[in-house]
Amino acid sequence: MKILIIEDDREAADYLEKALSEAGHTAHVARDGEAGFTLADSGDYDVMVVDRMLPRRDGLSVIAGLRSRGNTTPVLILSALGEVDDRVTGLRAGGDDYLTKPYAFSELLARIEVLNRRATSKEVETVYRVGDLELDRLSHTVKRAGREITLQPREFRLLEYLMRHAGQVVTRTMLLENVWDYHFDPQTNVIDVHVSRLRSKIEKGFDSPILHTVRGAGYMLKAA
Amino acid sequence: MASRLPAIMRTTAARLSALYFVLFALCAVVLVFYMTSLSASMLTAQTMETINEEVQGLDRAYRRGGLPFLVRVVEQRSRQPGANLYLIADANGRILTGNVESLEPGVLETEGWTERPFMYQRYGEGSDERRQPNISELEAPTAAPTETRHAAIALISRLPNQMIVLVGRDLGEPERFQKVVKRALTFALGIMALGGLLIWYFVGRRALKRIDSVSEAGKRIMGGDLSGRLPVTGAGDEFDRLSENLNTMLTRIAGLNEGLKQVSDNIAHDLKTPLTRLRNRAEAALAGDPGEAGYREALEATIAESDRLIKTFNAILMISRLEAGYSAEALAKVDLAATVHDVVELYEPAAEEVGVTLEAPAIGSIVVDGNRELIGQALSNIVDNAIKYSASSSEKPKVDVTIDEKDGEISVKVADNGPGIPDENDRARATERFVRLERSRTQPGSGLGLSLAKAVMKFHGGRLELLPGNPGLTVTMTFPKRRSE
Repeated sequence: MKILIIEDDREAADYLEKALSEAGHTAHVARDGEAGFTLADSGDYDVMVVDRMLPRRDGLSVIAGLRSRGNTTPVLILSALGEVDDRVTGLRAGGDDYLTKPYAFSELLARIEVLNRRATSKEVETVYRVGDLELDRLSHTVKRAGREITLQPREFRLLEYLMRHAGQVVTRTMLLENVWDYHFDPQTNVIDVHVSRLRSKIEKGFDSPILHTVRGAGYMLKAA
Repeated sequence: MASRLPAIMRTTAARLSALYFVLFALCAVVLVFYMTSLSASMLTAQTMETINEEVQGLDRAYRRGGLPFLVRVVEQRSRQPGANLYLIADANGRILTGNVESLEPGVLETEGWTERPFMYQRYGEGSDERRQPNISELEAPTAAPTETRHAAIALISRLPNQMIVLVGRDLGEPERFQKVVKRALTFALGIMALGGLLIWYFVGRRALKRIDSVSEAGKRIMGGDLSGRLPVTGAGDEFDRLSENLNTMLTRIAGLNEGLKQVSDNIAHDLKTPLTRLRNRAEAALAGDPGEAGYREALEATIAESDRLIKTFNAILMISRLEAGYSAEALAKVDLAATVHDVVELYEPAAEEVGVTLEAPAIGSIVVDGNRELIGQALSNIVDNAIKYSASSSEKPKVDVTIDEKDGEISVKVADNGPGIPDENDRARATERFVRLERSRTQPGSGLGLSLAKAVMKFHGGRLELLPGNPGLTVTMTFPKRRSE
């Protein structure tokens, strides 16, 4: 994946560049808003990581400028501001996801990969399939190896999200944001308990595990 | 650049006084001219009435005694001091008798009132020796010295024998009239000037002095005396109201300042400890040789510790931003029932995990003005606490979340059956920042959960209350009445 990082802090940018390369991606760094805009406008990137506060041109203005020129590259906004309305203004300016500093790299990586997938899988499928697990979004039914599994509405949405991003790491905050639509930090392991409930429903009585825990990062739905 | 005004003109008082003076002076001039012209026309009307009466009197005399009697009456009246003007002339305009020596030509030709004031010369004033009036003088009245000529109006009538009778009245010297007007004006302007001075004194020396004292007090406060307040005299006037409002604002600012100070104190006290722990751990790992597994463990512990620090830090920032008022546009219609349902549903599996029954009765939608995200976070903090403490209950651990509406106020109650907080002071302190009551020291947490919930409720204009349950603790989030539908 080709990633553009627009970040003025040299250490943070170098760290990101190196860590993304280690994860198998190509990363380019721009150190101010103008340079970032030029690079983004000319280059063909899969995902951009944009800091909000940049010299020469503000991050939100870079994004808005790119959007007005028809550039639809998914953007992850990085910001030291984490309040609700800051997030809303960031997304309104054309950002696709918002991550507050300081962040865990695993969180950033998971979000970048999901953003890329979102951009590439344009059409909306009505049935998701992972291995022998099948989720029908229209009839709200879940089957594994042909056997119907009964889920609570929230469990269904949780599985739906996990299946849409099958093969990708999904973090706890991503689940809280996308399944519950909350952006705060739950004090305890509430998400873990939901996931383990779901796991017992889709794994119990079947041969192979399908919902995996990725240590230090989150979860991944993947056929064995 | 406008030219520099003298220093005294730069005070509001002087400017106001000057403005009032000019306005009043204009009014005075208009008033004086209006009054004088009014009184002049009144005088004229009075004069005409007097003349009418005279003419009627002469008419009666003529009818009683004929021309000789009339002449006698006229002569008699003419001689009285301050007499009116009398003149009898023959049909050709030759003066026969009266006290008028000469007058403007043409005056006698038309019967009735003279159309405008005319000039005349009184008998005996034109020259030193007494002369008989003659026609040549009548024809050339302009030759007479101007000082002795006067303006008059008159009524001219003809007797049956075509003789002309003129009865008139002097209008007085125009100069005298001007003098009266001038004197009135001077007097009025004098009064105006005095009024201006008085205004300057009252507005400038008294009212504006108070503005000065307010700005003095402001300077002192800006100078660093944050406890200083503006003077309030107790008169209840505009200045008092202004000072009171500014004082309220200053109190609010002082409160915010105090909050800020508290935050930095909190950071100093409560963030330094984990930071020290973090540093010690890294140092210990470096000093010894724990091997790869040991290093990994130390690093993981470091990350976990810094994550906790970040959480604490975020909570502190959020509380202070909420207490500073945040942005009111973050408020929208929020379905409180749905939010309660969401949070309960989010925590229900975790509660069950520790053996706590978390329940909320299903209800239709209840709308409040608020921020869903903030309400959700506050409620989840409270529910999280309730689950933690009821888990140690001796009975069957239970947390009930209910929504009540009373007098238009909507409140969410989270009741647990844990040990509760029996002491009232402890209950009050539980929502203060970083306060962790004795019994909770053993529980994980930053001590900011309830403070954040309290800040969220305050931000919504509502309140957070801790009440003793039966048993346990009941935390109530009360929302104010909705402002509009």
